[in-house]
Amino acid sequence: MRKRTLVRGIATGAAALLIGAGLAACAGDTDTGDNAADPGSADAIEKALEEGGELTYWTWTPSAEAQVAAFEDAYPNVKVTVVNTGGANDNNLKLQNAIAAGSGAPDVVQVEYQSLPQFILSDSLLDLSAYGFGDLEDLYTPGPWGAVAQQGGIWGLPQDSGPMALFYNKRVFDEFGLEVPTTWDEYIEAGRKLHAADSDYYITNDAGADAGFGTSMIWQAGGRPFQADGEKVTVNLADEGTQKWATKWDTLVQEGLMSQIPGWTDEWFAGLANGTIATLPIGAWMPGVLESGAADGAGDWRVAPMPTYDGGAAVTAENGGSSEAVTKQSKNPALAAGFLKWLNSSEDSIDVFLESGGFPATVADLTSDEFLNYESDYFGGQKINEVLVDAANSVSTGWQYLPWQSYANSIYADTVGKAYLDKTSIADGLAAWQQQNVAYGNEQGFTVSE
Amino acid sequence: MSVFLLYSFLPLAWLIISSTKTQESLIGSFGLWFSGPFAFFDNIVQTVTYDDGIFVRWFGNTLLYVIAGAGGATILATLAGYGLAKFTFPGKKAIFAVVLGAIAVPGTALAVPTFLMFSQMGLTNTIWAIIIPSLISPFGLYLIWVYAVDSVPTELLEAARVDGAGEIRTFFTISIKLLAPGIVTVAMFAIVATWNNYFLPLIMLNDPDLFPLTIGLQLWNQQATGVGSDPIFNLVITGALLTIVPIVIAFLLLQRFWQSGLSAGSVKQ
Repeated sequence: MRKRTLVRGIATGAAALLIGAGLAACAGDTDTGDNAADPGSADAIEKALEEGGELTYWTWTPSAEAQVAAFEDAYPNVKVTVVNTGGANDNNLKLQNAIAAGSGAPDVVQVEYQSLPQFILSDSLLDLSAYGFGDLEDLYTPGPWGAVAQQGGIWGLPQDSGPMALFYNKRVFDEFGLEVPTTWDEYIEAGRKLHAADSDYYITNDAGADAGFGTSMIWQAGGRPFQADGEKVTVNLADEGTQKWATKWDTLVQEGLMSQIPGWTDEWFAGLANGTIATLPIGAWMPGVLESGAADGAGDWRVAPMPTYDGGAAVTAENGGSSEAVTKQSKNPALAAGFLKWLNSSEDSIDVFLESGGFPATVADLTSDEFLNYESDYFGGQKINEVLVDAANSVSTGWQYLPWQSYANSIYADTVGKAYLDKTSIADGLAAWQQQNVAYGNEQGFTVSE
Repeated sequence: MSVFLLYSFLPLAWLIISSTKTQESLIGSFGLWFSGPFAFFDNIVQTVTYDDGIFVRWFGNTLLYVIAGAGGATILATLAGYGLAKFTFPGKKAIFAVVLGAIAVPGTALAVPTFLMFSQMGLTNTIWAIIIPSLISPFGLYLIWVYAVDSVPTELLEAARVDGAGEIRTFFTISIKLLAPGIVTVAMFAIVATWNNYFLPLIMLNDPDLFPLTIGLQLWNQQATGVGSDPIFNLVITGALLTIVPIVIAFLLLQRFWQSGLSAGSVKQ
């Protein structure tokens, strides 16, 4: 930790020097830099941060208040108002409304990776390439960077990442004599054995209501059902990878091996605490959630790489995760970009974020000894980050979300989820989802092919 | 009947029992019986002090929205309904059609257009964004209208006019007393509607300091979701229990007026 503080000190000093230099360079310049017609640049950011002003920041990250406090210490002329929007859905609803109304949007806003295409295509976000954000690419792992840099622009900076891993309850596994599965076939077998031994226990929970989980599983299986190129979108929820996942998951659904408890409810936390939900294939941000939400399960949980389909090389997908972006409505885009840059690339800010249980998207943090050697008491002293960082490096590439992913997710439970409920095949549910997505996309003015 | 009782009281029983549990025993025990340490008072203290006592602020906001919004709605509905029932003027039929039509449109469907309109006027994210739309109650207006037709005899008004009382004096000394059960009913509907209003404040307000209880509790509930989640279900439940207390009190206080009005106009006088 001491070493880090030193590094931080040097970084702060360097930043101060840069600002000083920037100021000196601009001493004779009367342009205030917040002129909307002024093309942005890296210098404009430093100038705007020094001049100060007011910003509004919409987010639901628990560490936001502390991050902003640290920012205001570093840049006392800037005042940032944090608005807690509660969660991704409400946040998107409010943002969509403000964009439709033409005013009321914040300067900086948290956007989930899966919702970015929707706001990019509606021309609501600022392309940050002009502020030199392209230079920041090497700071981040390829998965999250690919999500913010697309459609020919850079639309935000990654806040966190969520490579998937298999969280399992070792106490339950020991009690029922289960091996940690390395393939999905072994996983299903473990599920059968567990549920047969005690019908209160389930290998995992999935009610088919969480589209974020379904799409991540398709991603891991190698499915690439959505391809968007501007207004041209391809939807193919019957491709090989997607079918591969659907078939495996069909077995779990048909045999009733999964609990139907929806995620994030009190029942779910209870199931995680007492082990009746024995595993979770989920994003790498889960340790913090387990610690705060399932305190009674301390010592029981462990993490392992995601099972694969062929038992070969590790392959996983991203599950969840957010970026922050600058809106087109921002009255001071240079200042907003400056705040954003500090928020998601400065050591000071990322440290605060990591303390709240987030999983980094930054290469430096993922490769630091301190991070890798961290032994989690909750996980019985396991060096969990070694497993999770491996996962971050095994995320398969080429995945894209739909430009209307929020809508698609909202009808997932009525189509794919219905297959879970009626115990019909998931492929049929996916076909229904496909059909509604194609219809909706065409209604919205996209050219959708299947 | 017993099914109905069970249906009505089980959720309430669950709510009261759950509010006595800590976060740990809440998720680890059977929902319909007491378990773990008795944390009822501790939960209340935590609820009103969590996050610098924001819950108290939300409570005050809700009260403000109810008093200004539902109170205003009741006054406007009473004046307009009475006027429409007791005076004849051209265009009355058209107003009747408009009011009936307005009742058919759910408030939720109007929320987004209302948002766009208020945004143009720069009123979003202010208390007016909640109070002004709450002032309009077509159903309340209609209720007072039909109620006034029967409960305020036109002969009485004519007698008052003959005695030299002006319209305003007649309204305040005679009509308003006869209308009381109707006004209480309308007030009750408006109070419940404003107290429970969810979608309108959800899209109108961004500043947690302006939130009513409904949105505030949802904010707490969402704290259990996603990266870095910190579930506080015990506070959400205790908050929900505290939220229904004023509505229960309002019903108990107002039901006397309400009952006395139920039979009014039921027989020919």
